[in-house]
Amino acid sequence: MSEIGLGHYLTLGAVIFTIGIVGIFLNRKNIIVILMSIELILLAVNINLVSFSIFLGDLSGQIFTLFILTVAAAEAAIGLAIIVVYYRNSGTIRVEEIDELKG
Amino acid sequence: MNLVLIFPEVFLSLSIMFLLILGVFKKKSSSLIQSISLVILLVTAVITYNETLGIQKILLFNDSVIIDYLSSLMKIVTLLGAFLVLIISSNYLKTFKIHKIEYPILILSSVLGMMIMISSYDLIVFYMGLELQSLALYVLATFNRDQLKSSEAGLKYFVLSALSSGLLLYGCSLIYGFTGTTNFNLIAAQLDSNEYALTFGIVFILVGLAFKISAVPFHMWAPDVYEGSPTTVTLFFTIVPKVAALTVFIRFLYVPFLNLIDQWQTILIFLSVASMLFGAIAAIGQKNLKRLIAYSSIGHVGYALAGLATGSNDGIQNSVIYIIIYILMNLGLFSCLLMMRRNNEYFESIDDLSGLSKNHPLLSISLLVILFSLAGIPPLAGFFAKFYIFKSVLEQSMYFLAIVGLLSTVIAAFYYLRIIKIIYFDKEKESFDKNHNTWLKFSLALSTISILFYFIFPSEIIEIVSKINFI
Repeated sequence: MSEIGLGHYLTLGAVIFTIGIVGIFLNRKNIIVILMSIELILLAVNINLVSFSIFLGDLSGQIFTLFILTVAAAEAAIGLAIIVVYYRNSGTIRVEEIDELKG
Repeated sequence: MNLVLIFPEVFLSLSIMFLLILGVFKKKSSSLIQSISLVILLVTAVITYNETLGIQKILLFNDSVIIDYLSSLMKIVTLLGAFLVLIISSNYLKTFKIHKIEYPILILSSVLGMMIMISSYDLIVFYMGLELQSLALYVLATFNRDQLKSSEAGLKYFVLSALSSGLLLYGCSLIYGFTGTTNFNLIAAQLDSNEYALTFGIVFILVGLAFKISAVPFHMWAPDVYEGSPTTVTLFFTIVPKVAALTVFIRFLYVPFLNLIDQWQTILIFLSVASMLFGAIAAIGQKNLKRLIAYSSIGHVGYALAGLATGSNDGIQNSVIYIIIYILMNLGLFSCLLMMRRNNEYFESIDDLSGLSKNHPLLSISLLVILFSLAGIPPLAGFFAKFYIFKSVLEQSMYFLAIVGLLSTVIAAFYYLRIIKIIYFDKEKESFDKNHNTWLKFSLALSTISILFYFIFPSEIIEIVSKINFI
């Protein structure tokens, strides 16, 4: 059994990040899934920053993480508000039906 | 440490909180808050001018905030841009019954975010400024919340902008991990071109920034958001965030990433060429004016990026000139768009302009000047803006970039000239309202006159940017 090192954490971060990106582009069903994918991307960044911070012995990565967590909360709140407003106007949140603006 | 230097930001944030409280306790205060916000923007610009414009370079808060000539200049441009947007938006908002206290306050908060972005010298400070700006902009795009188009624009802007923030942050985390610091100066000292992860980080950060400035291939949000948002918000999107995004671009490329110029120069040339060509070609088939402006602004961003791609001081200065002239031209264009009103209904299709010259000769002349200037026809300001960019591109012997730029100018001239043909030679339609807000007339006159007579005083603006010094 080898010890868990920085590389493992970075791989975990990269995998979660990729899942987030793919989730945004492949998802055709529900816009809430997009919101979750965005959250996944930010969490992947947090994993990266915290593991770097531990392995570098430098605190500013963890401080950065705290800021990102706060901003992610604010962003989710605004995102949900916009989705509610959109749902009131269109009656649907299916991604494939969001096509009023195109050209 | 001298706190006077961040007084503009402190004043602006205190004012925002004051306005929020005022809006809660005083009923029907939307006009009052609008006027106070205008005064606040002007006062902040004056404070910035007085306190920081003369300063060469000072770092504050453990080197995480920079006050230098570029940041002071761009802050003033941002503040004046926001002032002009706010001052001409009241009639439009009243027509759609969205003249609420939140509108000026959201504009002020996003301006505060932009000022922090412009002054940032540390990844954390930069990210906080960027998010403060973006969060306010999401809400602004959705501001006409009972309209499907506006809420869809907000939704699309939110998803793509949040995605780009995520990419940018991933880049920041890689840069932090492989240099061990978030400070721009220290990153610059640690950067090493042999480390692949750093190149990855730079690519991610550039992708995120390109999203914000709507450069091709990360432009897909721009046409939809520009079309769907309320027109005054579109005006805000078109001119103000571009200034901050361009400054951040300059800051990132020429401070932390300067050692890796070979790596990012190729990326920037690609972004610039793709934006110029795409902006010119995709705009041809458009029928909606706001959508057309979106594509034209993508093209213009391409020219500004071409100046940055040169890697010379001259190129940076000319990009700044370009963005200032671009602001003036778009201000005029949107003033015309806001004047296309008949019985409390606004028109935004190109066909509505048909035969405009018969009923509105003065408005048509202004549109003619602005469109010629956007197409880059001498002796208008738009020509000089492009001329400076091409000059600095050619000085670095980047012939490919110059040739593509000229080619796309010619293609873009087609759709600008088509609008002029529709205005002057097509069958006339019912005339628009003629009683306009004084400020709308003022901003149109300001834009037209400064574009028209720019060639008499070209040295003034060159003088202003000549103090920007990076290399």
